[in-house]
Amino acid sequence: MMTLAFFNSIPWEMILWAAGKAIFVIFLVVLPLVSYTVYAERRVSAAIQDRVGPNRTGFPTTLLGFKKDLQLFLGGLGQPIADAVKFILKEDFTPGGVKQFYFWLAPCLAMLPLVSLAFIPFGSSLFGEKMVIADVNVGVLGIFAVTGCSVYAIVLAGWASNSKYPFLGGIRSSSQMIAYELSMGLSIIPILMLFGSMNLSDLVQYQADNGWLLLPLWGKGWSWERWLMLVPLGISFIIFMISVFAETNRLPFDMPESETELVAGYHTEYSSMKFALFFLGEYAAMIVGSALMVVFFFGGWSLPFIPDGNGNAAPLFQSIFGGIYALLPNWVWGLANITVFFGKVALILIFFIWVRWTLPRFRFDQLIKLGWLYLFEIALANIFLTAAVLAFTNSK
Amino acid sequence: MAYVVQRPELTFKEKAYLPSILNGLKITFGHFKKMIKGETKVTMQYPEEKWDSQLPEHYRGAPTLVKDEHDRERCVACQMCEFICPPRAITIKPEEIPSDNKFAKVEKRPREFEIDMIRCIYCGMCEEVCPEQAIYLRKDYAINGLTRAEMVHNKAKLYELGGVFAGLVHKWNPEK
Repeated sequence: MMTLAFFNSIPWEMILWAAGKAIFVIFLVVLPLVSYTVYAERRVSAAIQDRVGPNRTGFPTTLLGFKKDLQLFLGGLGQPIADAVKFILKEDFTPGGVKQFYFWLAPCLAMLPLVSLAFIPFGSSLFGEKMVIADVNVGVLGIFAVTGCSVYAIVLAGWASNSKYPFLGGIRSSSQMIAYELSMGLSIIPILMLFGSMNLSDLVQYQADNGWLLLPLWGKGWSWERWLMLVPLGISFIIFMISVFAETNRLPFDMPESETELVAGYHTEYSSMKFALFFLGEYAAMIVGSALMVVFFFGGWSLPFIPDGNGNAAPLFQSIFGGIYALLPNWVWGLANITVFFGKVALILIFFIWVRWTLPRFRFDQLIKLGWLYLFEIALANIFLTAAVLAFTNSK
Repeated sequence: MAYVVQRPELTFKEKAYLPSILNGLKITFGHFKKMIKGETKVTMQYPEEKWDSQLPEHYRGAPTLVKDEHDRERCVACQMCEFICPPRAITIKPEEIPSDNKFAKVEKRPREFEIDMIRCIYCGMCEEVCPEQAIYLRKDYAINGLTRAEMVHNKAKLYELGGVFAGLVHKWNPEK
């Protein structure tokens, strides 16, 4: 009887939903998004540098007995598959003199950023179920805790490789991460001050009802108090964005890899799938970073004229378009929200790529100076500015 | 000797860094847009786009054999090309033309004429040396095969590539 009671006490439905959502997000959305971000990176960089880029690899339908490979509109869309196959087939070489356990542990830790996807609300609701894997009240803290751990992958890889270039990469990475983790966390505090909660899905719901944080055009957002708040929020957005670039080791801050100085930085000694894990982890971190930017500043899954998964939009739009919303079943709107969210993420990823192929790398002392002397101070002052604006607008 | 490097005086806008970043983003976006619109000149996409129509008059492609307007093999199996060929790509086995043949007067013709296209260096000396204007370098350049044997052009293949070349032998005439 005890066991049966225990069996019944397990919230099976919740576990199934969570597993379903995790599988959907990780395997159906984020991993394909990662591989196609790599593809987009190559195509966009090619276009920026007046080249064509990979436009040949189709889907290998010849393996199934067709005459030609399937070439879709752009060409080269099979490139990620070819890359993956190449990585799997390569020799997985472990150099002598490495510290085996940590050498193997590091690439596994590199995929850690994927865990922080659990806290991100990637859609409103579908069939009455909230589209976030873990709807916890400390979502912001959870994300920072997990992304903070991702530096271990790089440090461990650098140290365990027992080679000077990876070591330098690992050292650089840890000092960089510490410098920018601080300003990243501090730049979010103004939002928490304004909003008063750390629950990310509530934060997005608030933005859906009252205008995005950086685009307060409807609901409560349409007031001079909120528009005044745009000053500190804009500052924190810029700091947050720069910190995300630094956290994900993207180009103006790609000190840990800096291939012109450190061969390939922390993953110099890695090959085959272990290298691919670092590669994927880096892009997964990019996706998490842009998802955070979308959730905090660009209204998450909300788009002004699209209702949430229950068919409710902000009152302003509800009164105008309410009839149209009722025409379609709610799950259509739920799916539309998910699409909107990942569409926004994709746009920011394109921006990441665009910046990468525009800016040269910082010198290391400039990077540390920027982090500690400017961003950290500005983020700190920004908190006081936000407090002042809040006090000023509330007293009115 | 030590000398002082003159550092440029930066304006406030340049020191602020962000405007310069925006400027850079504008430049790269300009390149991106031009590429998307197809205004940027890029590498030729080889199998789809080809250079064939622009091949110059003097282009030296694969060597071929030609027949004349009476369907006679121009080659008389003199083997001059075989001897001149620097990489020794050409192998000729001559034979007598049977007396009942229409062209019995010519005396000789090649029984086998093979050019190993793996060896051929497209120098054109065979064309230059041929007294009968039987061998010509045509404009085929995409010669490929899966085996070494496939890369040896035999007589049939050479005539197929070469086709018919009408008119008198005017090798030494300027009109060639």
